[in-house]
Amino acid sequence: MTRRGRRLALIAVSLAVIGAAAGLSLYALSGSIVFFLSPTEVVQKAVEPGRRLRIGGLVKPGSLVKSPNQTVAFVLTDGATDLKVAYQGLLPDLFREGQGVVAEGVLEAPGRMRAETILAKHDERYMPREVVEALKKQGRWQEGEAVAKP
Amino acid sequence: MIVEIGHFALVLALAAALAQAVAPFWGARIGDEGLMSVGRNAALIQLTLIAIAFAALVNAHLTSDFSVLNVAENSNQAMPAIYKISGVWGNHEGSMLLWVLILAIFGGLVALFGRGLPNRLRADALAVQGAISLAFLAFILLTSNPFLRLVPAPFEGRDLNPILQDPGLAIHPPLLYLGYVGFSIVYSFAAAALIEGRIDAAWARFVRPFTLVAWSFLTLGIAAGSFWAYYTLGWGGFWFWDPVENASLMPWLAGTAFLHSVAVMEKRDALKVWTIFLAILAFSFSLLGTFLVRSGVLTSVHAFANDPRRGVFILVILAVFISGSFALFAWRAPMLKQGGLFAPVSREGALVVNNLLLTTACATVLFGTLYPLALEQLTGAKISVGAPFFNVTAGALLMTACLVAPFGFSLAWKRGDLLGVVQRLAFAIIIGAVTGVVGAAWLRGGSVFAPLAMGLSIFVILGTLIELVLRVWRPGLALGAALRRALGLPLSFFGGALAHLGLGVTLLGHSGLGFGAEAIATLHRGAPVEVGPYSVTLDSVGQRIGPNYKEAVAELTVRSGGAVVAHLEPARRAFDSRDMTTTQAGLETLHFGQVYVAIADPAPDGTVPARLYWKPLVTLIWLGAAAMALGGGLSLADRRLRFGAAVRAKAGGRPLAQPAE
Repeated sequence: MTRRGRRLALIAVSLAVIGAAAGLSLYALSGSIVFFLSPTEVVQKAVEPGRRLRIGGLVKPGSLVKSPNQTVAFVLTDGATDLKVAYQGLLPDLFREGQGVVAEGVLEAPGRMRAETILAKHDERYMPREVVEALKKQGRWQEGEAVAKP
Repeated sequence: MIVEIGHFALVLALAAALAQAVAPFWGARIGDEGLMSVGRNAALIQLTLIAIAFAALVNAHLTSDFSVLNVAENSNQAMPAIYKISGVWGNHEGSMLLWVLILAIFGGLVALFGRGLPNRLRADALAVQGAISLAFLAFILLTSNPFLRLVPAPFEGRDLNPILQDPGLAIHPPLLYLGYVGFSIVYSFAAAALIEGRIDAAWARFVRPFTLVAWSFLTLGIAAGSFWAYYTLGWGGFWFWDPVENASLMPWLAGTAFLHSVAVMEKRDALKVWTIFLAILAFSFSLLGTFLVRSGVLTSVHAFANDPRRGVFILVILAVFISGSFALFAWRAPMLKQGGLFAPVSREGALVVNNLLLTTACATVLFGTLYPLALEQLTGAKISVGAPFFNVTAGALLMTACLVAPFGFSLAWKRGDLLGVVQRLAFAIIIGAVTGVVGAAWLRGGSVFAPLAMGLSIFVILGTLIELVLRVWRPGLALGAALRRALGLPLSFFGGALAHLGLGVTLLGHSGLGFGAEAIATLHRGAPVEVGPYSVTLDSVGQRIGPNYKEAVAELTVRSGGAVVAHLEPARRAFDSRDMTTTQAGLETLHFGQVYVAIADPAPDGTVPARLYWKPLVTLIWLGAAAMALGGGLSLADRRLRFGAAVRAKAGGRPLAQPAE
């Protein structure tokens, strides 16, 4: 094979790999992107039921109901809007009423969500950033409330 | 007093770094030997000073000196000594100090073992290393000083984040940093070679041991982190494609590609420009990882601090070193002389394909990690790109790379015989395919990934073993002769084989997950719960008191077909000092798989909510990673590759000419 032929072979292989990667990325992006919204945004944007979402907010104090088989229900709030969340499974270590959490799952009906994952922070000092921002948007955030600067 | 000495030593180290960055570089330009040798001494002095500073901080943590802010915030008298020490790097300031300590250690190694190198190359490399050090020492002193005092001193510290009080996490950061920072040497030498405008096989020989050290530690560090996540987060997952995990995976992928291409350069004098490019890329990803983790751009357990000044500072460091090196690359790389031709079907060709797949996989991980950040900055929309994206893109590319691995390992340099290799590997190909088909039939419509990965892993393992055996033994060869042949092979060949076996084993461990079982249940005393082939019974619930925590423990018995196979003690640990609980999973390894039970707080009526898993072959994931790292270590022990062996090897090398390795 000539030098030029080799170079062409190399370029062809490179293009094939990069093309495959780009194709896979686009395919995967269309299917697996999950938007993060606050409960108020869910209402504002009139999100249709059936969409996969991540919703962040505070667990409304007094709203947590534990049922048998580790099924729990609670209300996620950003102060302005409430959203009912149902979840089956172990709650994370730092899940508390009044704490910020992120619930990922499918919107079943307007104002109701079935969560598959509940995320809380690893450390009591921090809140999920998205929650802080969602609260700031609603004007419910007081600096130094949860992120106690050392 | 000791703390002030440490602080002072750190300031002096900054001065030493400045000397190291300027003097040798200037000396190399004007050809002054004296100035060039300043670099060596400055590197050693800097190492000593940073070691003193680090020792001072360790001492402050060990003696619980709460007048130091860093100790007061991250330590506690009740903590066991090992966590007092690991608390040094369990926080932002201390971990940055560890970062520069390791940087200085690698600089010191170059100073000590780089005698055989051309003077100017060594001087330039030490200067670049000094410049990196300078930037990070300035960062520590200006924004993240661990030696700040706290007045008045509190009587008790805040305690280390309980989730970090774990042996796995005690060793994870040092291992990871040895990997991250180890690539700085490779970067410095790449920059030095570009400044010189010349690069040859001796360069590759000198850089390769450092690459092996960095790569092996990075492999271990990633494995330790993933194992930690697996057993402390209580979700049974070991890799979440979390941005912070991706930050460590990207340098690993670029580093793995570099490790392979530098071998081509060493043996065949080819792929020079590409190798230099990867050298810069690997450390750039290390810096990017440091930025992502340390700047507060991402929220995670690793993001200790949210001081925006730090983020901007690291971003500036990142921009200077990455754009600077790529500008240098664009300017000087065309001057490097190309050498070493090879046919597309050859070991070099296979390594090029390997490199392409690894770097493309790396690019998709980079895209998936940064896209949400970029989108948020541009449009304000917040999205998360999760596991499905990475599995389809990086996962598919990396599995293709696994498929290529045994072919590359068996092909000859320069011009290979693909048909011959396929014939040699026929046994592995057939067994692998059969495994995949049997696995798919067993799962009947389950995940496609598990049987595919299982077949592929069997192919990788058998293919590597076949090559290993054929290299030593042919039919009809006497045992003694075979042994002599084995002894004649370089250790780096066995190292490579072990690393490839490790890759296959890790992949096999992944594939086992598709065959596992999971149950969410409330455990009642005496009522067994089935998970996979095992049944788990709750015997009792108790309380235990540890040094700085209380825990609720569930005593469980695991049975298989009526026979008791294990006792588990999953627990919920409550740490008073931070009002925090952690989950301690109960684990038992059975035939490389694990029974895994995580519990929630026991209910007042004595029942325990629990999540149970049967994870077949799961331990192979980490055993395989350990084998990969061990393979790196074995290659390192090869006497041709020892530190500083570059020049001696150039003169003589091994008399027994080996056809391929």
